[in-house]
Amino acid sequence: MSFQPVKFYQTGTYTVGNRLLTPEEHSVQSGQSRNNSINSGHRACQGCGEALGARYAIDAAMAESHGQLIAANATGCLEVFSTPYPESSWQVPWIHSLFGNAPAVATGIAAAMKVKGKHDVRVVAQGGDGGTTDIGFGCLSGMFERNDDVLYICYDNQAYMNTGVQRSSATPPAARTATTMPVGAEPGNAFGQGKNLPEIAMAHGIPYVATATVADLRDLEYKVRKAMNIRGARYIHLFVPCPLGWGTASHDTIRMARYAKESGLFPVFEAEHGEVTGVLKIRHKISVEEYMQPQKRFAHLFGKHAHPETVARIQAIADRNIRKYGLLDQEEVA
Amino acid sequence: MLKQTEGSKAVAESIALCRPEVICAYPISPQTHIVEALGEMVKSGDLTPCEFINVESEFAAMSVAIGASAAGARAYTATASQGLLFMAEAVYNAAGLGLPIVMTVANRAIGAPINIWNDHSDSLSQRDSGWMQLFAETNQEAVDLHIQAFRLAEELSMPIMVCMDGFILTHAFERVDIPSQEQVDAYLPPFEPRQVLDPADPVSIGAMVGPEAFMEVRYLAHAKQMQAIERIPQLAAEFKQQFGRDSGGLIRTYRADDADTIIIAMGSVLGTIKDTVDEMRDAGHKIGVLGIISYRPFPLAQVRAALIQCKRFLVLEKSLAVGMGGIVATDVRMAVTGTGLKGFTAIAGLGGRPITKASLHKLFLQAEQEALPPVTFLDLDWDAVNKQLERERKTRRSGPIAENILHDKGIVSAKFG
Repeated sequence: MSFQPVKFYQTGTYTVGNRLLTPEEHSVQSGQSRNNSINSGHRACQGCGEALGARYAIDAAMAESHGQLIAANATGCLEVFSTPYPESSWQVPWIHSLFGNAPAVATGIAAAMKVKGKHDVRVVAQGGDGGTTDIGFGCLSGMFERNDDVLYICYDNQAYMNTGVQRSSATPPAARTATTMPVGAEPGNAFGQGKNLPEIAMAHGIPYVATATVADLRDLEYKVRKAMNIRGARYIHLFVPCPLGWGTASHDTIRMARYAKESGLFPVFEAEHGEVTGVLKIRHKISVEEYMQPQKRFAHLFGKHAHPETVARIQAIADRNIRKYGLLDQEEVA
Repeated sequence: MLKQTEGSKAVAESIALCRPEVICAYPISPQTHIVEALGEMVKSGDLTPCEFINVESEFAAMSVAIGASAAGARAYTATASQGLLFMAEAVYNAAGLGLPIVMTVANRAIGAPINIWNDHSDSLSQRDSGWMQLFAETNQEAVDLHIQAFRLAEELSMPIMVCMDGFILTHAFERVDIPSQEQVDAYLPPFEPRQVLDPADPVSIGAMVGPEAFMEVRYLAHAKQMQAIERIPQLAAEFKQQFGRDSGGLIRTYRADDADTIIIAMGSVLGTIKDTVDEMRDAGHKIGVLGIISYRPFPLAQVRAALIQCKRFLVLEKSLAVGMGGIVATDVRMAVTGTGLKGFTAIAGLGGRPITKASLHKLFLQAEQEALPPVTFLDLDWDAVNKQLERERKTRRSGPIAENILHDKGIVSAKFG
């Protein structure tokens, strides 16, 4: 094998950049022993943030559990595109039961492992934002409250994409969906109070809660691996843009995820036992407009019949997040 | 061991003897005493190894059981009424996935109006879910059916409901013979799953299935129940050999051999029916009884054979197919297709309405004389019904039905009996 000299061209970018790191610091995904937990050949759309997130998250969980992992999956895109009969992309033992019960199914699996003395086998449950913040909310809260030994991962693409882009309780205000059309005096989704699942998870006092985006996959791997080293109920809320539902270019998935974080609309943080222990600071702050404008679901807020007051309300949400989580270094805030 | 005990406690002891590994509990009357007793056994260490999980809903209870069963653990839960309906989606799912969960249904009416008393509306509403349903006549049979249920469920890899009448059985104290651990161990082998979530041999369970295979999967659920028709009598015979008593099976007849009139029913009401039939036999009436233990699978051939010699039958059921009539009666009529047998249906005991020997006696005499309409509502208060119908004819805003009827009857709070 010929020797390839180290190049430092990746400096200053957001890429994984293994070449600059010691082998121990290499990402799971760049390693030859990665599990390919959700294998190629599935039916996800081009640029699917959820497929990417699931691949990284479950591979990291597999690495950390030394291959002793069982996954429960809620109904949704991830389930449908990964298991079209008679094929399956899953290289881990995997079960899909219903839309609203993945946390409870995972509890059952964890109980079975405990009763059989298989303490090394770990359990992950996963679902979309609909399966998590809406229909599976009761089961999720129960799983948290009992502190069952399950890592739950929510892949949040902010609407029911599998059924054709309908509003969920994770859909942001003003966003166009099939059930919140951009018509009338206040086009798009109504401004509600929001349903901040990471904070609700924290309110249960569970050992670990984290948010992440597919724009920072190293951070995602770190959080999954950290979560896998903790026993009890753990929750990771992963922001996964959906080109189909958002009306964005498939090559913009990572950019959209990064903009969500850099605008302050999606705070990236981790919390232990209900207290925030770390935040990922905004590196290059952008306005919410920069994040929203490339997305067709917000197109009605811009252009000829623009709604600048609505954009301002959304900017206020981002600003509040920035204050609340301390997303900017002090000098930048000033 | 013989003991005087509550039905629920006896069932809990029976479940414990079956060595369940995961038990999920959510409170709903009248099944609560069963899981309460099991919870205490697990917490005290008397039942080990076993995980007892207090869940936040019946939907979660069945879902936890699904996860546990798919991961290879023997899973059990109990429910009733609204709870069964609340978990209905997961009930179908457990059967569709072919997971051998055993669940006690302490049969109770379904609201509105909310009612905690016994009838069979709840489990019968899950008739087509793919679950087998075995109905206990006595607390002894409830104890025994659970042991047989785990064996049958795991053999076929399909779930089973053991149905016992809420309050009438669950809360009744009577003498029950609780088997020994050795007896149960000899009858019920450890759970060897057909499919299991195992990191050493990863499989996907619950994949999306389109038109190309869905019918086959569904047919196989039917085929499993057809196998159960064969296995249920064999397992009952083996049970008798090991435990020394008749329990379970598909059907059970009583004084039916030379009967011209046969009364058909499920569950604890068979006791009152048998007492009534005894009295009528003493008075020279040729009347007998057919108890259906296995409601699903429904033993069409066995029911037909049991009825073929009689002249007429009456199905007395604690359930109502609104807009049609009887639920069990429909199945019985299917069983006797082409025989020309005269059949009647009596809807009785809905919402815990007492089914008295006096009423049954009158009803059976009318059946014997073939002087009944196709569907009879036993002890229905026609005055109350007609008064409400009249009220609705006269007034557009006639008000809530249940409250009107309670008011007409002068009842302040619902009184039982």
